[in-house]
Amino acid sequence: MDLVTFLIQVLNGLQYGFTLFLVASGLTLIFGIMGIINLAHGAFYMVGAYLSFWLFGITESLLLAIIVGLPIMLIFGYAIERLAISSLYKRDHLYQVLFTYGLILVLNEMQKILWGSDFNSVPIPEFLSTSIPLGNQEYPVYRLFVSLVCMIVAASMYIVISKTKLGMMIRAGATHREMTQVLGININRVFAIVFSFGAALAGFSGMIDAPLSSVYPGMGDYILIISFVVIVIGGIGSIKGAFVGAMLVGMADTFGKILLPEFSAMVIYALMALVLLWRPQGLFGRPN
Amino acid sequence: MHSWHLFCYGGLRVCLEDQTDMLQSRPLLTLLVLSLSVLTLFPVIGDEFYQELVVRLMIMAIFAMSLDLLIGYTGLVSFGHAAFFGLSGYMLAIITPETEPISIWLALPFCLLVTATAALIIGWFSVRTSGIYFIMITLAFAQMFYYYFNENQNLGGSDGIFIFSKPTVFVGNIQILDLNNPLSFYYFVLISLIASYLILFVILQAPFGQVIRGILANETRTRALGFNTQKYKLISFIIGGTLAGFAGFLEAVAGGIISPAHLSWHESGTIMMVVILGGMGTLYGPVLGAFILGFLQDYFQEIWSAHWLLLLGIFIIVVVLLLPKGIAGLFSQTVHRKNTRK
Repeated sequence: MDLVTFLIQVLNGLQYGFTLFLVASGLTLIFGIMGIINLAHGAFYMVGAYLSFWLFGITESLLLAIIVGLPIMLIFGYAIERLAISSLYKRDHLYQVLFTYGLILVLNEMQKILWGSDFNSVPIPEFLSTSIPLGNQEYPVYRLFVSLVCMIVAASMYIVISKTKLGMMIRAGATHREMTQVLGININRVFAIVFSFGAALAGFSGMIDAPLSSVYPGMGDYILIISFVVIVIGGIGSIKGAFVGAMLVGMADTFGKILLPEFSAMVIYALMALVLLWRPQGLFGRPN
Repeated sequence: MHSWHLFCYGGLRVCLEDQTDMLQSRPLLTLLVLSLSVLTLFPVIGDEFYQELVVRLMIMAIFAMSLDLLIGYTGLVSFGHAAFFGLSGYMLAIITPETEPISIWLALPFCLLVTATAALIIGWFSVRTSGIYFIMITLAFAQMFYYYFNENQNLGGSDGIFIFSKPTVFVGNIQILDLNNPLSFYYFVLISLIASYLILFVILQAPFGQVIRGILANETRTRALGFNTQKYKLISFIIGGTLAGFAGFLEAVAGGIISPAHLSWHESGTIMMVVILGGMGTLYGPVLGAFILGFLQDYFQEIWSAHWLLLLGIFIIVVVLLLPKGIAGLFSQTVHRKNTRK
């Protein structure tokens, strides 16, 4: 492998890792703070992708589609939390798993009813649809743009969680739930906010990923399983862990496809098993 | 040494004061006898069309009970149980020659042995973790199997592979059972279902069963009583995995084909759903769950074949929100009410 190819693969791995991070960070926040295992998180990603496809058809602009789509995702997540998830906090994890599994089936079928089973594509916005030369090859600008956007989102998330009052409530709620309530903070509202933001993050990554991965039924299932691998590697509940896990998985998947083409799909699962053997609580997880 | 162990089991019994013996509850016993008679007589009284469906449901019930041993009794929430189910089916496909049928005395032990070995290896890694990590690591192993079979073109890739003939059951030179005959196969599966139930029932009543229930109730305390809980969890995982392999063997014989879909995470999710909806930790609950869910699936497919999964999803959501203890909870609630009225 020459240097240029290697560099391109590194960029691809980073971009994939960043996209994974957007989905996985919502998942890990929802589990770490609310204690909810949200199997439907991948379905939220799919809903986001289909929203961008649908809204692009109306507005003819990916940017407008995202601007209109994000509030829809926020309301969507908020409604699900208020109507159903909120009644499951005190129940066994298994019922949360079961409920969100049912939600996957409903969302997947609604998608098929509304948009059919075909593969759809969303074009890359015109001003980003060029490539930059990289040695003797070319690299698409849109991929770099996606990485940049994800980096900005990740940085703002870090600032919100570590520097603002809301972030303080979220961190306090995650570690000392009763104490936070005693101090007069409405933890249920914090939960609702976290859940709808998590849903919006998943939806957003579905939207900006749509031009790269195309929009197809079941796309949420794949990303869900990968995101679980990411947060288990990183340590459940840890945003830093989700970031490191996403980068590791992004790289392992990209290079696995080149170096071990026959076993490429198994590489990331082997990676996860190895990490768990070494550290059963994940790289940045708190030991229980 | 012996009296020390008796003491330990005594300690466990205190931990398990909540457990009630289902054979002491009359409504459940009635239900058991009733459903057994219906199943025995079904080929005589029932529609021939449904006979094949009932066979599939009984296989699903065995599969669900094997998972209940893990989830409901040992507290091991395995999200990769379909790996054993599918692996066993693939083993049957591999060992069955194209031209002639294979003896069941060779095929079945081979399939079960491979599955048990796989369960030993996966379990050895997995029981070190707990909680959501256990859920995820079992899922990861199952996905590895899924992708292995999905991408192995020698085994048919994503289309799966045919099993050319059903195994033969000979004792000496006499054929005692013809699995090609739908009626014989029906009773073969029914007996397998009853046998699986009885085996699990005995295991759970035995000291071993007391220990794994102790792990579910309070692992730290059980360890403090001197039991190597890791070892017990691993053994339970192997038993559950092997029984799932038995169900997969039956499924492969019944369908004549095995494909990666049999070990996908959807299959693991579905069977977990059957166990939880039916009522975990009851053994009969998952059997009920398999039948109710199986019939519902069939019904939904009939009334809206294109989007029946939507109906199934709505059903699951409604049950989770309205029936906190699963379907079996309906029975134990009525039992409880009757007992308190006395």
